[in-house]
Amino acid sequence: MVAACLRGFEFLGDWALYYFNLTGRMGLFMLKAVIATIMPPYKWEPLANQIHFIGAKSLFVILFTGAFTGMVLGLQGYYSLSQFGSESALGSAIGLSLVRELGPVLTALMVTGRAGSAICAEIGIMRNTEQIDALECMAIDPFKFLIAPKLVAAIISVPILAAFFNVVGILGGYLIAVPVLGVNEGAYFQGMYQSVVWDDLYMGLVKSFVFAVIIIGICASKGFYVHLDRAGGFGAEGVSRVTTSAVVLSSVAILVCDYLITAILL
Amino acid sequence: MNEQFEPIIKIVDVEKSFGKQKVLKKANLDIYPGKATVIVGGSGSGKSVLLKHMLGLLKPDSGQVLIRGKDIARMKKKELMEVRRDMGVLFQSSALFDSITVYENVALPLRERTKLKEDEIRKIVEEKLALMDLHGVEEKYPAQLSGGMRKRVGLARALVLNPKIVFLDEPTTGLDVKRSEEIYRLFHDTQLKLGYTAVIVSHDAPKIFKLADYVALVADGKIQECLPPEDFQTSENPYVKGFILATMGEIYRGEGESL
Repeated sequence: MVAACLRGFEFLGDWALYYFNLTGRMGLFMLKAVIATIMPPYKWEPLANQIHFIGAKSLFVILFTGAFTGMVLGLQGYYSLSQFGSESALGSAIGLSLVRELGPVLTALMVTGRAGSAICAEIGIMRNTEQIDALECMAIDPFKFLIAPKLVAAIISVPILAAFFNVVGILGGYLIAVPVLGVNEGAYFQGMYQSVVWDDLYMGLVKSFVFAVIIIGICASKGFYVHLDRAGGFGAEGVSRVTTSAVVLSSVAILVCDYLITAILL
Repeated sequence: MNEQFEPIIKIVDVEKSFGKQKVLKKANLDIYPGKATVIVGGSGSGKSVLLKHMLGLLKPDSGQVLIRGKDIARMKKKELMEVRRDMGVLFQSSALFDSITVYENVALPLRERTKLKEDEIRKIVEEKLALMDLHGVEEKYPAQLSGGMRKRVGLARALVLNPKIVFLDEPTTGLDVKRSEEIYRLFHDTQLKLGYTAVIVSHDAPKIFKLADYVALVADGKIQECLPPEDFQTSENPYVKGFILATMGEIYRGEGESL
């Protein structure tokens, strides 16, 4: 009985230590990444490559998701609002939910799945094949060389992708609301125009910025410290497990932070 | 041991554990400038761990690793960068960056660490690749090369800044006899030409003895002996005796002669 209790404590202690360690490691990782980003020299070519990878290459999937999200919001919103006879508020409902909430969150989740996982796996493999050690031995700071361009690229790309998501979502909602469901075109846009204000855009921007930092912070640090991770270790399987856990953790963190930011800014 | 030089690297009483496993127990080793020191020992004896301490990639639990008299574990980032400027490393897995071409790989240290113009960089890279008997591979990616070629590209990259100290971690592991000899020949030629200090971790005893000025055996967490190859083979240290017997057989022990 005593032994079982002790084992419980042992497990709890082990768990707590591991997660304290992990959080500290990620915090320090972010700190080093930010310092490396701020310190000169600045190189534009790697940044452009990363914007191409994280931003441009995610565009198609963002447009696709955005369009369908807008369309389904049109259907669902119309169904709910028509019960109260307020179909004319459909435009503002779609606009607000996209700009404040769904645009940034779904964009961040898609970027995590597409680019975050790739970043984690790439850096994890570089760690396992001694490429990161090689960088250090060549006196090249891996944070400056590997992480900084990704961080800046994500901070630039994610808000722009979210903006694309919003625009396509609003058009998708329009496509369902006006030609299919017969909502008045003027009412759709006028309602949106009146209800979506700068504060809503600001909240969306803040969220996109924070999510971009979360994606790189979690995915890149998980890959970078793959050898220290409980799920990791060396070899291909370690990298695959760490990539999975990075995507899960970063998605959960995005949703939790989404709640926190909303609660603070509202 | 040669006393006329100050050691360029001095390992003093280094201890290192991973979890409960004690890998190094008060290891001591001196590396002399311009010489090739080969570190041998069984798998898992701590050879690579020792090497990583010299590179500053691992920090000792206790003891010191002195590079030109300064403790590498206590250096500030800037100092460490300075020290590493003089180092070239060939990793066990070559550690070439697989997303960029061979040319870009060898050019990387020049691009990141010097202010040379592109045409000067091209000249140096081509010269180093030629030194390694590599022709027409500049635009290939590391994954398109054979293991031996990757090692040679790794060696070219390690030498591209004309380092004062070169570390080779298992330079011939995974290569056939012919390729191994090629790497040894290239190493020998470049060391003659460039005069760097070399630290080689290798499994490949006794062949590697031909290249060595000193041979050091790691066993039981310590450097058991660090001697010129001829003396090493006749050492009375029981670990060294065992090692010589296992790798070279009775005949060499009996006659006590070098290769």
